[in-house]
Amino acid sequence: MKQRPVVDVSHLPTYDFGAASPMWWGTLAFIALEATGFALAIGTYFYLAVLARHWPIAAPAPDLAPGTAVLMILLASIVPNHLVDRWARQQDLHKVRAGMVLMTIVGILPLIVRIWEFPALRISWDQNAYGSIVWFLLALHTSHLLTDIGDTIVLAVLMFTQKGKAGRRLSDVSDNAFYWDFVVASWVVLYLVIYWAPRM
Amino acid sequence: MSGMPGKKAKRIEERGLKGIRDTGLDEARLRAFLAHAWHTPKGLYGWLATVDHKLIGKRYVVTAFLFLILAGLSALAMRFQLAAPEAGRISPDFYNQLFTMHGTTMMFLFAVPVMEAFTVYLVPLMIGTRNVAFPRLNAFSYWIYVSGGTMIWIAFAFNTGADAGWFSYVPLAGPDYGIGKRPDFWAQMVTYTEVSALAVAVEIIATVFKLRAPGMTLDRIPLYVWSVLVTAFVILFAMPAVMVSSTMLILDRLVGTKFFDPAAGGDALLWQHLFWFFGHPEVYIIFIPATGFVSAILPTFVRRPVFGYLGIVLSLIAIGFLSFGLWVHHMFATGLPQLGESFFTASSMMIAIPSGIQIFCWIATIWGGRPIFATPLVFVLGFIFTFVIGGMTGVMVASVPLDLQVHDTYFVVAHFHYVLVGGAVFPLLGAVYYWFPKVTGRMLSERLGHWNFWFVFLGFNLTFFPMHILGLQGMPRRIYTYPLESGWGSANLFISLSSLVLFAGFALLFLNMLLSLRNGRPAGDNPWGASTLEWATTSPPPSYNFPHLPVVTHREPLWARPDTLPVIEGLRVDAREVLGGTVADAVPQLRLPSADNSIWPLLSAIAVGGTFFASIYTPWAVVWGAIPISIGFICWFWPKGEPEDEE
Repeated sequence: MKQRPVVDVSHLPTYDFGAASPMWWGTLAFIALEATGFALAIGTYFYLAVLARHWPIAAPAPDLAPGTAVLMILLASIVPNHLVDRWARQQDLHKVRAGMVLMTIVGILPLIVRIWEFPALRISWDQNAYGSIVWFLLALHTSHLLTDIGDTIVLAVLMFTQKGKAGRRLSDVSDNAFYWDFVVASWVVLYLVIYWAPRM
Repeated sequence: MSGMPGKKAKRIEERGLKGIRDTGLDEARLRAFLAHAWHTPKGLYGWLATVDHKLIGKRYVVTAFLFLILAGLSALAMRFQLAAPEAGRISPDFYNQLFTMHGTTMMFLFAVPVMEAFTVYLVPLMIGTRNVAFPRLNAFSYWIYVSGGTMIWIAFAFNTGADAGWFSYVPLAGPDYGIGKRPDFWAQMVTYTEVSALAVAVEIIATVFKLRAPGMTLDRIPLYVWSVLVTAFVILFAMPAVMVSSTMLILDRLVGTKFFDPAAGGDALLWQHLFWFFGHPEVYIIFIPATGFVSAILPTFVRRPVFGYLGIVLSLIAIGFLSFGLWVHHMFATGLPQLGESFFTASSMMIAIPSGIQIFCWIATIWGGRPIFATPLVFVLGFIFTFVIGGMTGVMVASVPLDLQVHDTYFVVAHFHYVLVGGAVFPLLGAVYYWFPKVTGRMLSERLGHWNFWFVFLGFNLTFFPMHILGLQGMPRRIYTYPLESGWGSANLFISLSSLVLFAGFALLFLNMLLSLRNGRPAGDNPWGASTLEWATTSPPPSYNFPHLPVVTHREPLWARPDTLPVIEGLRVDAREVLGGTVADAVPQLRLPSADNSIWPLLSAIAVGGTFFASIYTPWAVVWGAIPISIGFICWFWPKGEPEDEE
């Protein structure tokens, strides 16, 4: 079959930010499937709660302090997260480097507090169905925190190498910020379910 | 050879230019550059490290068919046992493993993966690009799939095969009744292989949204691509349910959580809700791409565009949505509130509307065309016949009173085989005949193809239609034998003999493929005179798919311009580059570097697989397994060579 050139694309850039980038769509798709997982786990929580005669089953409501502390840290992290996103889009490598170091610290902090959060549930995972589902919800979010902080650390290190100077890596930083917003938003919902639903 | 890609690249680099473009290159040099940039190394390393979607797609297909053979053999073994009443040929315990492995393999290791296999192979070609959006994720998904499937079959070989049914209901699969490690292997394999399905879904969404050829607006996307796009979204929102539930199951079994233990506030029906929230869309994850096959095959063999393009697209989307509102119709016999039953009866029947619209559009396409009864079309016609029967019995079991009557009988076995084999396998076999020439460069034998069809069609109907009657007579499903005085013996013998005809039909397919691979007639680029872009390139396609990426100006690009293909220029040919465009209109936006071959997807899959396997024996495996998994992913992600965006 004969071919006839009709469009010249040589002038196009090799990377972009946000919805222009396939990686952003991939990240959004992963967020959608993980959010579905969260929604199903939350649905399980309320399904079991409706079946139970008393909820929580044979346990006091969780201690609010550690979970609220995690909430505060995560909400506060939105500011540096969005600054890093902005600096990445502005392709300001120096600020991105500083921001990624800050986000690494901000990401590790809730993991440290979470060490106290599991005992603050005041029930063991194997005591009854209530214990199982609250541990499950908390573990699910912790796994997201862990994977995202892992991603952030790797990107932060990358930013300090020659390879970090590529525009595509800054686009990756922006996508990482996008995913962090999901980690924060999902915790707001889970926090209400784990800590406040038993008090209602 | 003058203009060797490596030397040329070096010369141009020395002159200070950045990258060699396809603009103005003669055909031979263009192909030489592209072949160099996109090649998969020969030998074991290349085999393990390739990220070529075509090689991965072919592997997926071969692996899925190997699992089909295993599942088919397990079905034959069951029919051997059931051919006579009170036969003691197979023990009850082994029979339980057989029917569980049959269902599990067919659903998780054959039906879904084979649809994804075709997707992985075909979508980049049909939308006019050179690879999927995330090539390494694609490779990773295959390795995950093959190792998960192998894991559960090795467990079966060691008498640790899953035995609680493909739905693994608790408490049968729970810690109190699930024997040894059998349900653990099932749960881990399911969680594990669904990672693969989800990875493919993500990459297909990004690929279709962003990598379509310029001009392929939403209303010019081939219907097959629409079908797999909708399927990808269904996977995205359905598969997490089975991952959540199987994770809860294994936690109940291994660390003593109480999700499904009623004595501790859990609930056995919770399992069914979660499982069928996935399980019913699963049927459509298999069926929707099959309808895409039909919409691709029909126009080619009736020589006219498909009737009602927009109606079919909207029906696909409607089926995708409605598939989530049906799960409870698997649970009518569990004593749910009547309001729930009524709602799910209505939604179950409602899905007949978009399905019917598609069928009427196909019939109208045939009506207005000039059919050529080649093997792919014959299989499509077989599909319409069998699927309509399956659809009608579907409406029957969607009705609560009838469902309560035939629940857990052979009527249901007959129904879902008509839906799944009729709805998916017939189009799939048509698709094999349709695209085999593109994939291999050889035509399949038409004569063997027609024999193949009649053996499968008759074997299938003779095997499964009598099961409706057995079900109405009260024969329960999942039983390993039945009493002599039941009067079911002769029908069962007939079914077992018919299953051999069906088996012979599939043997003919494999024979045809093997013979044609060696001796088949050369296919040429477009042997069927089809209209979509995959036929614009050579058969089999080169590693780079197209020498120049095409531009789409019509819904049927090869029929609109049969002699000349409008193309783009300006992409690099000394490095892997694809074109990204806007989501709705496919207007070019970006020249995107595409990932090179890498061994790390395989090594990461090994790390993930090892972790899943070890976690069956100790939860600490998750902690220790995180180390090799992290190393694998970091090495996979870490950029190599020069920055890709030096311009």
